[in-house]
Amino acid sequence: MNVPALAGAGHAGLPIAGVATPGVAADYALRADGLRKNYGSTVAVDGISFGVRAGEIVGLLGPNGAGKTTTINMVLGVLQPSAGDIRIEGVELARHRSRALAHTNFTAVYAALPGNLTVYQNLRFFSLLYDVPAGVSRIEQLLDEFDLRRLRNTRSGVLSSGEQTRLALAKAMVNEPRLLLLDEPTASLDPSAADLIRSRIRAMAVRTDCGILWTSHNMYEVEEICDRVLFLSRGRILLEGDPRSLPHAHGASSLEELFIRLAREPLGSAPAAAAAPAPKRDAPGAAP
Amino acid sequence: MNLRPIAAIALRQFYLLRSSPTRVLPMIAWVAIDIILWGFISRYLNTVASTGVNFISSLLGAVLFWDFFTRVMQGVTMAFFEDVWSRNFINVFATPLLISEYLTGLVLTGIATSLVGLIVMLVLATWLFGLPFFSLGVLLLPFLLVLFLFGIALGVLASAMVLRLGPASEWLVWPIPALLSPFVGVFYPLSTLPAWMRAVGHLLPPSYVFENMRSVVGGHGYSGSGLLTGIALALLDILLAAWLFTSIYRYAVRSGLLARYAAESVS
Ligand SMILES: Nc1ncnc2c1ncn2[C@@H]1O[C@H](COP(=O)(O)OP(=O)(O)OP(=O)(O)O)[C@@H](O)[C@H]1O
Ligand SMILES: [Mg+2]
Repeated sequence: MNVPALAGAGHAGLPIAGVATPGVAADYALRADGLRKNYGSTVAVDGISFGVRAGEIVGLLGPNGAGKTTTINMVLGVLQPSAGDIRIEGVELARHRSRALAHTNFTAVYAALPGNLTVYQNLRFFSLLYDVPAGVSRIEQLLDEFDLRRLRNTRSGVLSSGEQTRLALAKAMVNEPRLLLLDEPTASLDPSAADLIRSRIRAMAVRTDCGILWTSHNMYEVEEICDRVLFLSRGRILLEGDPRSLPHAHGASSLEELFIRLAREPLGSAPAAAAAPAPKRDAPGAAP
Repeated sequence: MNLRPIAAIALRQFYLLRSSPTRVLPMIAWVAIDIILWGFISRYLNTVASTGVNFISSLLGAVLFWDFFTRVMQGVTMAFFEDVWSRNFINVFATPLLISEYLTGLVLTGIATSLVGLIVMLVLATWLFGLPFFSLGVLLLPFLLVLFLFGIALGVLASAMVLRLGPASEWLVWPIPALLSPFVGVFYPLSTLPAWMRAVGHLLPPSYVFENMRSVVGGHGYSGSGLLTGIALALLDILLAAWLFTSIYRYAVRSGLLARYAAESVS
């Protein structure tokens, strides 16, 4: 499938990043169009457009304060966009909030689960909130899948960071989401735990065909797991493409180097973004 | 509305209460202390006053009703504060949960916890002081209903306040019942009050309960239209409180407060 390397970034007439050209059928877990968030005169997200296909892992990259968390919060319905449109599985979030969020879930370090509930109680609480019909059997399955059985009756506040991440992921899977938003899911994990979590998520994406939007500051991780990356800076998408071919296409030796260059470039003059034609990329969901 | 999300809010409170004596104790201890204190005050007044008024019925009964109202209100806010204390708003409101389901969950919790308080009070007041509570008969139902509905309204209002003003405004919420009590005539007839306070009292549903209770205990019967007014006002207050909560929730989603509640206020 052909994907434009240059992000639409909200300019009228330009293709939406990750949104297929007309005639190419694609299942979108998420589509955001002209998404913007202003706080007074501060523009946190500046009219971005992008999509996440079913089964695809899209990395949302960018320096601190670029607007990644703001974007995720808007998709989660806890922050109202100043402008723009969000569709989850084709359902418009602003108009059908409950229906759109029924098959969405997320993890974020800044949104820890209530520490005074046990692992089981947390999963039960959220399975009911997400209106999961066979909640109890689903929880038993998740306890095994995420190695939480031995911690079942432990209060989540005393879990180690890695264990909390596993619980957060189990909670995020409780409603079998079609769209998963992961805000720095491996930020506090040791390399081995992070590796395990990544392979779990990757396997899950392949198995369930769920679309994933993933933010991370670990470029090695992004290259390994993401099918595609969006590079956000000061609320705009500067660049978009395959994390393995992007650096080369833009004259950088690694994704890390490309990141640093883009992060330091003044807004509006992103020559890297203007260079190179759209690279061909692997099919979404394909193993790296 | 779906049942599971409503049950989630109530079940979470049950989990917390089950394992937390610090949450259970206040549900029981404060009302018990009140009943014992006012029980003895009433008993003493019965021995020194020769007015023919039974203070156990009029005074202790009024305290019991008033404490029931505050327990309903606090039962609702308590469940809401759990989300404040555990910084849980993003997790809860990023689900398909509707505001109406959330509020219903809080109310269910308020019903359950206030019933525990009511039972404790009834047992103590009848057993220790011989309060003839059930002599009010079927009138108990409208009395409790008005207080219950108004407790819900104030609980939702208080939750809306804390959502808007931040966790520290909890300190503004606790004294609300004390602030209202002079106006609703818990301990004295509204006629005792100056005109402007009486006017405020007439806007507050509990005043109809206490006026009627005193009248019935004094053998003068009750006012059906008064009680209906109380119920109607309380229902109106619930609608107003739910509207206010929803508006503040919408503001919090628009302004970024909900997503960054730790900031306590944005912009
Ligand atoms: N409620 C708010 N009021 C004012 N400014 C805000 C608010 N929320 C976020 N911002 C600002 O919006 C910008 C984007 O923040 P955001 O949290 O989305 O960045 P981020 O890309 O997630 O950064 P990081 O990598 O550090 O997590 C920041 O400059 C932040 O200060
Ligand atoms: Mg962030």
